[in-house]
Formats: sequence, C-alpha cells, structure tokens
Amino acid sequence: MPVDTKDLENTIRNLLPVTHLEIEDQSNGCGENYSIILVSEAFEEKTTLARHRWINELLKDQIAQMHAFSQKTFTPKQYQAYLAKGAST
Amino acid sequence: MFRTSLRSSLRIVRPSAPAALAASRLVAARRFLSDDARAQIQKAVTASPMVLFMKGTPDYPECGFSRAVIQILGLHGVPADKLKTYNVLEDPELRSGIKEFSEWPTIPQLYVKGEFIGGCDILLGMHQSGELEDLLEKNEIIPKVEESSEAPAS
Repeated sequence: MPVDTKDLENTIRNLLPVTHLEIEDQSNGCGENYSIILVSEAFEEKTTLARHRWINELLKDQIAQMHAFSQKTFTPKQYQAYLAKGAST
Repeated sequence: MFRTSLRSSLRIVRPSAPAALAASRLVAARRFLSDDARAQIQKAVTASPMVLFMKGTPDYPECGFSRAVIQILGLHGVPADKLKTYNVLEDPELRSGIKEFSEWPTIPQLYVKGEFIGGCDILLGMHQSGELEDLLEKNEIIPKVEESSEAPAS
C-alpha cells in the first residue's frame, strides 16, 4: 500500500507541533520513497537519535509501507542556522 | 578478543535500556525475536569496534543509503580492521532481527563499541557537524589529528 503525501503530512501535523514541514516524494509518485524536513519546537533538548527514534515510532505504520524514508529534524533555531548556512555557500 | 565477560553476560538478553521501558517492549518484541536470536545479535554488534549492518558489501553496496555510509566512513579513513560489516541481504533473519534489536526500522545501522549510533541520515548529519569525527577519535577508531589540519574552505 503506497503512502499518500497529503496523508503523511496530515499525520505528522496531527502528532506534533510543526513549525515547518517539507515532504519530498522521491519515488516519482509511487509513494514508496519519502524524504522529509521537519522543524518542531518539540525537538528541543532531544538528540538527533532520540528525535529520529521518536519520528520512526510516530510514523511506524507509514514507514512500514515504504521502501525508503529519510528525515532531517531541526528545532526552529537550528533550522534558521541551517537556512543561513545554505544561503551563504 | 573483545569482552571476555561477553559469553557469560549473554545469559542476560534484555537490552540495557531502562528496565521498565524495555520490559513492556520486550513482551511485544519477543514474539518476533527469540532470546537466542537476540543473544546472537548482541554478540554481532560487539564483534568489532565498529559494526555496520548494510545491504551489500563495502566493495559492492546494494543500496544508496548503505553506499553513502560506506563513503562517509571512507572519508574519515576508518581502517578496514576496525569495521565489520554484515550483509543483511544474505540473511533474512538478521535483516528483520536487527530492526527489532535496535528498534530502528531501516538499514543501514551503525554500531560503535556495541552502541547504536544511527542510520544514514544520522551519520550524514554527524559527519557534517563534526560529531562523527569526535566519536571516531574518542573510540580510537581513527587517530586524533592536531588542530592544524582544519580543512581549508572550498
């Protein structure tokens, strides 16, 4: 069962406070391969590993239906820094 | 060669995570991952200072994410004798078992000194932030470099 981008977005937004969310379907529409950038204040004081574990757990059902799932997790502050760095290079 | 206490400690197959949390999870996990399989994986993750569960082999990775991790480790000059890799495509039991064991849904998975570090996204992030180099140095997988080797801006 493929995963719909819109469903995935709704699921994420329902589960945690989202400052910014980018979902990229890298599978040309078959819904098997997603890459997300997720910015949330809920990531404060969590290590990257803890964040990813948490997201993996929240999206367990969806990830089980995919071939590949890639995530970048930022706090709002980290995301500003990430954008600034991207702009300067 | 590694921990001589390992053999005896294999009797205790519960992961070292907080006991209360682990206990509830274990009930669910146990249906899939037998104590025996868990013990074997525990042995595997400590078989070398660095252990990578991947698709394919370092010379012939069979997945882009596994390839990326191999390339990152290569960039840091991780010596072959410190890294042991397991090809999960050759072992369906290991492929599902390691996911349960690590409570991590994807391959590749990297362990350093028996501790789960993460998959491709985490490794890439740690590589970019410099944390990976610190981790590798701290665990004596690569030699410490002096400060002068700060990479020139490209």
